Amino acid sequence: MPPRTCALCDNARAILKRPKTGQQICKDCFFDVFETEVHNTIKQASLFKPGDRVAIGASGGKDSTVLAYVMKTLNDRYQYGLELFLLSIDEGITGYRDDSLETVKRNQEQYDMPLKILSYDELYGWTMDAIVAQVGKKNNCTFCGVFRRQALDRGAAMLNVDHIVTGHNADDIAETVLMNIMRGDIARLGRCTSICTQGEDTIKRSKPFKYAYEKEIVMYAYFKKLDYFSTECIYSPDAYRGHARAFLKDLEAARPSAIIDIIHSGEAFEVKEEVKATQKLQQVCKRCGYMSSNDLCKACSLLEGLERGMPRAAVTDRAFRKKMLEEGEPPEGLRMIPYFQRPGAEVSAAPSP
Amino acid sequence: MASLNLKIEFGGGLELLFSNQRSHRITVPAKVPASSNPRDGDKGLEEKPADVTYLMYWLRDNLLKEREELFIENGTVRPGILVLINDTDWELEGEGEYQLKDGDEIVFISTLHGG
Repeated sequence: MPPRTCALCDNARAILKRPKTGQQICKDCFFDVFETEVHNTIKQASLFKPGDRVAIGASGGKDSTVLAYVMKTLNDRYQYGLELFLLSIDEGITGYRDDSLETVKRNQEQYDMPLKILSYDELYGWTMDAIVAQVGKKNNCTFCGVFRRQALDRGAAMLNVDHIVTGHNADDIAETVLMNIMRGDIARLGRCTSICTQGEDTIKRSKPFKYAYEKEIVMYAYFKKLDYFSTECIYSPDAYRGHARAFLKDLEAARPSAIIDIIHSGEAFEVKEEVKATQKLQQVCKRCGYMSSNDLCKACSLLEGLERGMPRAAVTDRAFRKKMLEEGEPPEGLRMIPYFQRPGAEVSAAPSP
Repeated sequence: MASLNLKIEFGGGLELLFSNQRSHRITVPAKVPASSNPRDGDKGLEEKPADVTYLMYWLRDNLLKEREELFIENGTVRPGILVLINDTDWELEGEGEYQLKDGDEIVFISTLHGG
């Protein structure tokens, strides 16, 4: 087959077919359009302002590694004036996270960014290894997801940053749209395509790769020879997401624009006011001060379930959660999460229960 | 020439299916049965030049150690695996129909592993 020339510069040999547009482009034009599109995403959403302290949620995987590299590149090229940090959460999964954290430590040197690692053990007194030993492989993703979300916010508060950026890409978001539709989770469907979310009491979070295809992220890492870690989590993969992912990849193989089309559909959904009204208001966890839609936040109830040796009940049983709350003060010696202080917020004592 | 020397690379976690070894040097015949998948049975006498589809089955039968369904699906690589032929997206090279040449470097990268 004769070599094709780049559709953009009409000069160099094409090395990649863009899934988003079908264009065949050369390596330099690929780097250029990939970076420029992320820059445009950031500009159009006005994600940052000069002087912002921004933490990059870094797992050592492909998405966050490319994100750290691109954020540094754009910050220098367009003079965003950001102070960038790497923030990693150590879930305590032997043979998985300990290896990927080594990658993050190398990234710290390669990109010259300060790194903060916060562990589940330090924050909750439980590693994922210990949690899996108690709850088994079936439901542990619930713990990991809830704990990670809160750990990222707390790590960010320790770094005193204004903003966390994560490596969620277009494929991840399209997958989440599909999952929320299939689960009938209208509240999440309404907000899962937002580029930036900000809870009342948490640090801003955004997804600069919202429109970046996974294929292009992996190709970018390959051609830039970026150092990333790739292994499946050794504990049960999220089976439901796995199905959504396989389905999405099949759709993409048949029609590459499917991913961006699904994101567009997600953005175009509007949640009716009557539906919104039934959604719970956000408040603050009475125990740890983290944002919550109940008196007790999800992490506190999961942790209490673990501590009482009834972890499954804390995931599934509403009555158990209610009972835990009615008992008010948890039993003596029960491990609790330190009170959450948002950076810049007035220092206030924990409310007495 | 009766055979082709190829360099094969696996990345993005795909190497885990291939003895956790990223780089392999292999030799395959230049002419192969017209039906690439040996499991299709009757090979007949018809031959074709070795192509990437043939290579994919060859890798399955000679190098793959576990979970072949994570590598091949419906006669092609599983959706979500990127293939590069001499550092070019295989979608620009005719995908499975690309005819292999001596010295080619073929890279398979999984995009399916978590970040």
